[in-house]
Amino acid sequence: MSGLDMAAQAGIWALEILAITVPVALSVAYITYLERRVIGWIQVRKGCNRVGPAGLLQPLADGLKLFLKETTIPARANKFLFVLAPILSLTPALVAYAVVPFGETSLFGLWDEPHVMAVAHLNVGLLYIMAVSSLSIYGVLMAGWASNSKYPIMGAMRSTCQMISYEISMGFALVTVMMLAGSLDLADIVRAQQGGILHWYMIPLFPMLLVYFISGCAEVGRTPFDLTETEELVSGYHVEYSGMWFATFSLAEYAAMIMIALMTSILFLGGWYAPIPALDVIPGTFWLLAKTGFLVFLFIWMRATFPRYRYDQMMRLGWKVFLPWTLAWIAVVGIFIYTPGLDAIINFWMPWR
Amino acid sequence: MLESAFFYMFGGLAVLAAMGVVLARNTMHSVMFLIFCFFNASGLFFMLDAEFLGVILILVYVGAVMVLFMFVIMMLEINTAVLREGFTRYLPIGALVAGVLLIEFIAAAHSGIFTDGVRATAEHLGRDVNNTVEIGKILYTKYLLGFEIAALVLLAALVGAIVLTIRSRKDAKYQNISAQVRVRKEDRLRKVRM
Repeated sequence: MSGLDMAAQAGIWALEILAITVPVALSVAYITYLERRVIGWIQVRKGCNRVGPAGLLQPLADGLKLFLKETTIPARANKFLFVLAPILSLTPALVAYAVVPFGETSLFGLWDEPHVMAVAHLNVGLLYIMAVSSLSIYGVLMAGWASNSKYPIMGAMRSTCQMISYEISMGFALVTVMMLAGSLDLADIVRAQQGGILHWYMIPLFPMLLVYFISGCAEVGRTPFDLTETEELVSGYHVEYSGMWFATFSLAEYAAMIMIALMTSILFLGGWYAPIPALDVIPGTFWLLAKTGFLVFLFIWMRATFPRYRYDQMMRLGWKVFLPWTLAWIAVVGIFIYTPGLDAIINFWMPWR
Repeated sequence: MLESAFFYMFGGLAVLAAMGVVLARNTMHSVMFLIFCFFNASGLFFMLDAEFLGVILILVYVGAVMVLFMFVIMMLEINTAVLREGFTRYLPIGALVAGVLLIEFIAAAHSGIFTDGVRATAEHLGRDVNNTVEIGKILYTKYLLGFEIAALVLLAALVGAIVLTIRSRKDAKYQNISAQVRVRKEDRLRKVRM
């Protein structure tokens, strides 16, 4: 490979990365807007409607406000880790997008065979997502510890326990998907669900869909599980943060939320396939983003609807309800796959067998 | 060329990070260095076409083991002065072990196993070779017994950890959540006629 080729390849990679991070950052900004408008609508009030037409410039104004605010660092804090922590929580949230297949395209017939639209088409994409999303814990732990103050460290303990607990049931829910798809490649998992809504994994794995989505909700700290934002617990690990560093944490949280929505649509809702095969003439990316958009709306809807869990109830839900539930479902799927007679039923969702 | 550049980058950073683990004064910094070291090791796995092992290294060690490690270290009050007390006393033994290891590594690197033959000239495998599948095949057939024994050992450790930490106190209060959820308005509210 000559130097020029390498430079061209590096340029293409840089463009691919930009083509994902910029839309993610923009959609994070406008999801905050959507959130305020939708919650306003649910609670029969206006929501933000002052800045720009229908309040559409509000996210930019918010961003500007946070950017211009003074960022304070506590005097006794560990300065290096204090500054590093927001970056440590944002990086995994964005890096996870590298393997997400946004669709399949042959570029209007230019290529002979369709290519998967992902920055990195990895063999172990599902494991990669699990590995990378488990890294966001470090941002939380570091933020709590480096603040050198008691409330953040208690908050960091709480959030870490929450994330570890729900990660386990999330992983087991994904094991059932792996069993049906027979692959860790996200594109293969989507292809295994080809052929309309009945082939989607939400039919045989409906309980796992619920577990995954709710665990994802707990993993990113969205509303029924948003103990990092509770006033009576003096907020969470980011009490000492202000201005742009604080915004980085919420940027990471929203990016992770979009990621959970994307993964749920890829793993359980047929990814880039339309509900009816005849509708597949519409590009797959549209379907994937539509499903993701619906799930993001569901997150917002849940925020406006459910009261917050108490901490011990949340722990109980993770360990005593979800974990046995997922383990039992793995056994059920396994028995279905290997019992003669029953395997005829499950083979409908395992076209590769 | 690019491959060896990446190899030296991952390898060199792994060595530097490992030195950081030992030399950092702050234990939290040590843990961060260790995590960085794991990342570089997983990069080396990726370069050997062992993407499954690389990802598992991050998932298990960085994502789970080190989190618990850090949890414990955060709670500890570590006095580095006390830790460094016997430094000069243990230095000769440590230097000896390090020297022996260094000679062993150099001898192994120059023994010829890695420089010629099948291993040195092995090409990268194609995309169609999925090493998750290959590991699964060999783990569940040839090494099934060892795998099961490892699982049993882990189960015993799990039960042991629970037995060690569980204590039932008479005065502890427990919550019956299903009873709490079943409560209706009539159970709590009483209309009083004034």
